[in-house]
Amino acid sequence: MSEVIATRRLVTRLLIVVVVMFCFGIFVLPPFYDAMCRVFGINGKTAGAYQGEQMVDEQRQVRVQFLATNAAGMVWEFGPQADEILVHPGEARDMLFVAYNPSDKPMSAQAIPSVSPSKAAAFFHKTECFCFTQQVLQPGERIEMPVRFIVDRDLPQDVKHLTLGYTLFDITARKPPVAQAP
Amino acid sequence: MSAVIDHGHTDHHHGPAKGLMRWVLTTNHKDIGTMYLWFSFCMFLLGGSMAMVIRAELFQPGLQIVQPEFFNQMTTMHGLIMVFGAVMPAFVGLANWMIPLMIGAPDMALPRMNNFSFWLLPAAFGLLVSTLFMEGGGPNFGWTFYAPLSTTYGPESTTFFIFAVHLMGISSIMGAINVVATILNLRAPGMTLMKMPLFVWTWLITAFLLIAVMPVLAGCVTMMLMDIHFGTSFFNAAGGGDPVLFQHVFWFFGHPEVYIMILPAFGAVSSIIPAFARKPLFGYTSMVYATAAIAFLSFIVWAHHMFTVGIPLTGELFFMYATMLIAVPTGVKVFNWASTMWQGSMTFEAPMLFSVAFVILFTIGGFSGLMLAIAPADFQYHDTYFVVAHFHYVLVPGAIFGIFASAYYWLPKWTGHMYDETLAKLHFWMSFIGMNLAFFPMHFVGLAGMPRRIPDYNMMFANFNMISSIGAFMFGATQLLFLFIVIKCIRGGKPAPAKPWDGAEGLEWTVPSPAPYHTFSTPPEVK
Ligand code: HEM
Ligand SMILES: [Cu+2]
Repeated sequence: MSEVIATRRLVTRLLIVVVVMFCFGIFVLPPFYDAMCRVFGINGKTAGAYQGEQMVDEQRQVRVQFLATNAAGMVWEFGPQADEILVHPGEARDMLFVAYNPSDKPMSAQAIPSVSPSKAAAFFHKTECFCFTQQVLQPGERIEMPVRFIVDRDLPQDVKHLTLGYTLFDITARKPPVAQAP
Repeated sequence: MSAVIDHGHTDHHHGPAKGLMRWVLTTNHKDIGTMYLWFSFCMFLLGGSMAMVIRAELFQPGLQIVQPEFFNQMTTMHGLIMVFGAVMPAFVGLANWMIPLMIGAPDMALPRMNNFSFWLLPAAFGLLVSTLFMEGGGPNFGWTFYAPLSTTYGPESTTFFIFAVHLMGISSIMGAINVVATILNLRAPGMTLMKMPLFVWTWLITAFLLIAVMPVLAGCVTMMLMDIHFGTSFFNAAGGGDPVLFQHVFWFFGHPEVYIMILPAFGAVSSIIPAFARKPLFGYTSMVYATAAIAFLSFIVWAHHMFTVGIPLTGELFFMYATMLIAVPTGVKVFNWASTMWQGSMTFEAPMLFSVAFVILFTIGGFSGLMLAIAPADFQYHDTYFVVAHFHYVLVPGAIFGIFASAYYWLPKWTGHMYDETLAKLHFWMSFIGMNLAFFPMHFVGLAGMPRRIPDYNMMFANFNMISSIGAFMFGATQLLFLFIVIKCIRGGKPAPAKPWDGAEGLEWTVPSPAPYHTFSTPPEVK
């Protein structure tokens, strides 16, 4: 019967749509979202390590403020060495963050950066950052972690003040520290 | 997956099988439609009693009746049960009953799959409701189950919740495939697409929406499952993921979902208003195109639920204007309904009362939607009771009144009896007054800053909340009257003629009332 065949063909096509949409949800949307974030600096996401060079703009000064936050359940002491610094766009600057593990267990951690205002995120380049890797601290150990960054000369004129924030997550359960011990 | 066409020919007059197994094994679209409708009504009462718990707690400021943890489970379960258990299955039930009758088909195209998609639902909701009794309680993260609230901080039972959502999703997808196959392949000769009743049209478009977005929801909960159990980090910032991604994926499903809940009601009302205005529907073609336009636009507006998460300015502007654009095709529909009533010889039986209230109150919900669509203003309204007022105005007098109107309109066809018109009018007025009392004050407390999903509130909101609670109790109690009216109608009443409404049009009125177990075994002639 022709209706039966037509129905079977239609159902097959609809099922293909279902599978395609499922894959779209899992395999397309997340990477696409990531890419959008990187391109537009959405959510304060900055791009990966910056390779280029920049001319220093001596005429202009931008205030860069540092924030350190512990995610829920994270026991480390964690903070920047200075609350804020003044930088010229185009110059490479360093800041040290200090972390201390007060617990009696080795722990590993991951810092997640965020820049606000978000429209400035695309103009904030990090050439080196402790957030590019994970940190492992033995009980009672303290480390100084560097971040080196350049504020782009093309930063919109109305942005005079930037905040670089880090949230520190405890990832001991996910990445046991022993496996990474030096 | 055998099509119906090859059964029913052997014995034209065989009736339903006897006993319980009739319902377990049935492949008859009318039986399955009936089961969907009863299931949906049970869920409506269950979700409704949860709403009563919420409103009882909010009757006065302070904590009196339930603990905040339980309150959160009630708001979550109320939303989930009403959306996935009450509204969606009710429309699938109506589709099962009416689409074959409206297009002159002997049954749905895939009767066995139909049976399976129904029976998945009791399993899904049994599982979902059972989480309330598990250690740590049921889902407490809101019906939108944002990560990381649901992944990192959710109760143990979240895994069962995920599984229940998977089952509901499979059920809806199969139901939608069945509707598409029926409408595209089983229309009687002469029933061209542009002759189909609007209920069939809106359901066809709804089915495509379901097929497109239910898999995305399935993907969303699958990613949650992997984050919880398999160490991935889709939504976990510590592992390089992003909780905001969750909201994008969820609302990519979620906004089309709200239209899934309203489009079939649009269709039903577009059949009912002409019947009681005794005039053909004004602007049939524009109705079809408006529905398609709404469906298309619903894919590009999702971020209006996320104005406050920090999307770039251009994004805010895009989603703001795209959202406002939806008001245009929606307005076309409202004007068409109004024009259909204009200078008609109207009578106000229960289906018409519910339909007229639908048009008026849904429009109010549309307007509050437009207010929310103004991105800068949404920073004030977001996550307040104003949003609660908005979506209850589109969903209660929208989806639910649409279902009530359809139920009264087609009850004579289903049961062979007329329902009790006086009681039905009472049901209408109690619902109308109760619902407005319950939800209108929410606009005010919302604008004044009362947050949603919180069991306690500032003293200054006390009066309005008490009014809301009284209205909600009234609305809730009235639904027992509806149950009584339906049972009374099933058990007896004035016998209904084949066409009980003189202005009604459509093939469903050419078969006797109650509709025989098998109809249109030979396709009708459509002129
Ligand atoms: C003109 C049409 C509409 C517009 C412009 C509109 C706009 C909006 C906006 C901007 C929000 C987000 C508010 C916020 O969270 O701050 C919202 C929420 C909502 N809308 Fe609409 N809407 C419209 C129609 C509808 C319809 C027809 C339905 C359902 C039948 C609906 C259901 C909902 C729901 C359920 C929510 C809240 C979701 C949640 O956060 O729990 N809306 N609407
Ligand atoms: Cu929406």
